[in-house]
Amino acid sequence: MKAIILVVGAWFLLAPAASADEQPVTLKNAPGRDAVEGNCGSCHSLDYIQTNSPFPSAALWDAEVKKMMNVFGAPIAPADAKTITDYLVKNYGS
Amino acid sequence: MLDRRHFLHGAGAVAATAAAGLPRSGWAAERPKLSDELPAGTREAAVLDALPGKQPLIKLSYRPPNYETPLNYFSSVITPNDAFFVRYHLADIPEVDIRTWKLKVGGAGASTPLELALAELRRFEQVEVTAVCQCSGNRRGLFNPHVAGVQWGVGAMGNARWKGVRLKDVLAKAGVRKETVEVVLDGADGPVIDKTPDFVKSIPIWKALDDTVLIALEMNGQPLPSWNGFPARLVVPGWTGTYWMKHLTSIELAQKPYDGFWMKSAYRIPKGKFALVDRFLSQETEVNTPITEMVVNSLITGPAPGQRIAARQPVAVTGIAWDGGYGIQSVEVSADNGATWQPATLGDDPGRFSFRAFSARLNFAKPGAQTILAKATNRLGASQPRELIQNPAGYHHNLVARVAVTVA
Repeated sequence: MKAIILVVGAWFLLAPAASADEQPVTLKNAPGRDAVEGNCGSCHSLDYIQTNSPFPSAALWDAEVKKMMNVFGAPIAPADAKTITDYLVKNYGS
Repeated sequence: MLDRRHFLHGAGAVAATAAAGLPRSGWAAERPKLSDELPAGTREAAVLDALPGKQPLIKLSYRPPNYETPLNYFSSVITPNDAFFVRYHLADIPEVDIRTWKLKVGGAGASTPLELALAELRRFEQVEVTAVCQCSGNRRGLFNPHVAGVQWGVGAMGNARWKGVRLKDVLAKAGVRKETVEVVLDGADGPVIDKTPDFVKSIPIWKALDDTVLIALEMNGQPLPSWNGFPARLVVPGWTGTYWMKHLTSIELAQKPYDGFWMKSAYRIPKGKFALVDRFLSQETEVNTPITEMVVNSLITGPAPGQRIAARQPVAVTGIAWDGGYGIQSVEVSADNGATWQPATLGDDPGRFSFRAFSARLNFAKPGAQTILAKATNRLGASQPRELIQNPAGYHHNLVARVAVTVA
């Protein structure tokens, strides 16, 4: 039981890039990736983006980013929000 | 009550593992067999990965952890604890110390609020129920067109023998005022940042007082696995998993409808689209209503998808069927895409909330690509549709079960 919990604990302490568990999640290398990793990755692993692709329309990715900010309280700067949405639409959209 | 010092400790442990270059089991290479109906991105990203204490399951997200049970485990009516699916909404999942863990039972509707330690909770009468826990969004990934969310295949569900105490016995001890409309449930897990709404759910008081609703402490004769709600979780037989609060810490008797995000906005279905009995009236709006009971459903566990079958020999078809607790009346199978159906034989009945096994033998007239269908009907006469009932969040996928095979 102890071991289980220790590993769980690490997931939200470490930045995604430094977490052993999330090492395999490598998003497409394109402009805006840093903003996605830095913002989105602080609350959830980036495989959420991969698995939810490539079906989202531009409007759906825009709505998802807005939901993260307005409903889930993600502290994303407006400039970053646009960068993130553009990256998602271009690399993980339909 | 909740020890958060383990975070630092845990970080060191993981960093050490990474430095030593020790991959976790299932690292990148192991690919699960996935339906080609799932989004392409899901098929590329999902891997078989073992959480500590679990078998390799189909990993859809690491943090929060969302892992589904591979198809082969459903050939057994009871899902093993170490293969049971894992579903979290938010990534702060703390260690629960059972020596200091307490369950608070209070709220405006409680005349005698109380706190219970684990030993005190165990003193209530212990009962057991065999029941399916299925995520509302099980099979979301199979929706066409796709909808956003965790892209579950068929395995965001499991069936277990849950043992614990009746919620109504605990509520009685807290004194239920007659104005109580809902019971609000919270667990130890929470959001990473304060502004994210904590995962808090409510159920109507009439459901909370139902004999079958339990605060479970055991699963299949063992303490609840950490990933499935240790030390205590709510069990709401017949209703989807969203109400089965894990790591329970607080139960509140509320005199008005709970209006948090996870009730008011999430887990809602359009009104009038599904033939359901249980209604959650205090939460209904003009247009939608909280999801409640599971719809009747089935899954073919054999033959496996893509399996080659010898021609001119009867094929053994096996599977499971379940519903929202009315009980399975019959299961039919078809070898000709639904033109004709033949009855399957039902296995032992472990209770109306459980998976029910079925089996049949089918003969295929022609070689080549063939499809086996299965369709369950419950004791209310509800069955599975051939056409998907679309809804924005991708809930209640219960299309007639289908498996493609090759007869050669």
